[in-house]
Amino acid sequence: MNINATLIGQAIWFFLFVAFCMKFVWPPISKALEERKQKIAEGLSAADRAERDLVLAQEKASSNLKEAKEKASEIIEQANKRANQIVEEAKDQARIEGERLIEKAHSEIDQEINRAREELRKEVSALALSGAEQVLGREVNRDAHKQLLDDLAAQL
Amino acid sequence: MAASSASEYIKHHLGNLTYGQLPAGYERTCHGHEQTLNDATWTFACNAQEASDMGFMAFHVDSLAWSGGLGIIMCLLFWLGARKASAGIPTGFMNFVEIIIEFIDTQVRDSFHGKSKLIAPLSLVIFCWVFLMNLMDLIPVDWVPLTFQWIMTSFFGWTSHEAYFRIVPTTDPNITLSMSISVFLLVIFYSIKVKGVGGFLGELSFKPFEANNIFGKVLLLPINLVLEVIALLAKPVSLGLRLFGNMYAGEFVFILVAAMMGTWQAVAAWPWAVFHILVITLQAFIFMVLTIVYLSMAVEEH
Repeated sequence: MNINATLIGQAIWFFLFVAFCMKFVWPPISKALEERKQKIAEGLSAADRAERDLVLAQEKASSNLKEAKEKASEIIEQANKRANQIVEEAKDQARIEGERLIEKAHSEIDQEINRAREELRKEVSALALSGAEQVLGREVNRDAHKQLLDDLAAQL
Repeated sequence: MAASSASEYIKHHLGNLTYGQLPAGYERTCHGHEQTLNDATWTFACNAQEASDMGFMAFHVDSLAWSGGLGIIMCLLFWLGARKASAGIPTGFMNFVEIIIEFIDTQVRDSFHGKSKLIAPLSLVIFCWVFLMNLMDLIPVDWVPLTFQWIMTSFFGWTSHEAYFRIVPTTDPNITLSMSISVFLLVIFYSIKVKGVGGFLGELSFKPFEANNIFGKVLLLPINLVLEVIALLAKPVSLGLRLFGNMYAGEFVFILVAAMMGTWQAVAAWPWAVFHILVITLQAFIFMVLTIVYLSMAVEEH
């Protein structure tokens, strides 16, 4: 239980160990811990940011989807409209074409009628002439009665 | 075991391996033969009387070797940890080192509000080192001393009575007082550094009893000085003796148990050792916390 120079020896040990830890142990470890703390904080804030970004992206995606849907329906509507228009146009054309055909047919019929009438007239005059010849028993001079026959034909 | 041999056993276990200077003309009986020293000689003490006759110029080689060795082991372990330290994911041993470092860091941050590069590593060294030194208390009391005794008697011609060896440095008041005095010097250094010589002396002179006029101050000065100086000096003494007392008492119980029960000591020593795990940790912790508190008191105005 003597107090002696062990005091000094132990103080030297103490000083050496504290100096060693102060220089080589504490700074690197506390630096590493500090860095890790920062890293974790950064990671957490990055996660927060990512979450916010995700929400934003989802919002954007849904708005894009909505827009696309709207556009699509618009396009479909336009297409329907256009189709109706085309059908209408086709109908109109068909009608006009039909009318034209009918008109053409009518005029052809008229021409045919006229031609038939013309022929009938000629035939009537011939028939009348032959009838008259038979009635008269002789030949009728066509040229002499041409005026008369034409009048008859015109009356038919 | 007979009473005389039991007391001798205990005394032998409480003696340190002392290397010191014996004065010229000293008569001694050592290693089995008598001799008278012609000159002042540095040598190992052969008995307790010689150890005390060496006076201040003596070293407890066992205490210094164990404390130094344990301190070197501690430094190496932490150095290995520090080399592997990175901001990445810690593994294995690194986890352990970081737990200790964070624990110390929390303690320092809680109590010490100044800024200092010294205080955290100082606390780390105190806690771990004192803990390791205390831990030696859990090694059965005879193992290491008997081994040492066997080596010295077999190879160096010592008698078994001369081979003193203690392996728990903190049961040596030199060790604990040395650390507490070092802390005390740091306290004074920081007090003067922060408050200046005037501030430090003022704190000793004009508190706790304060007066408003010069006459009152002068009148109260001696009382204040006595109170404050005693309070100041009580710090290192209580700090060192608390650790020493606790460890010495614990060691003493182990030695008593061993002296009384011989081979059967494990039966009684084991429960005490389990209880002692708490004591050694607590004492290391208290030593560290008080160091931090004293230093924070030194740097804070109050």
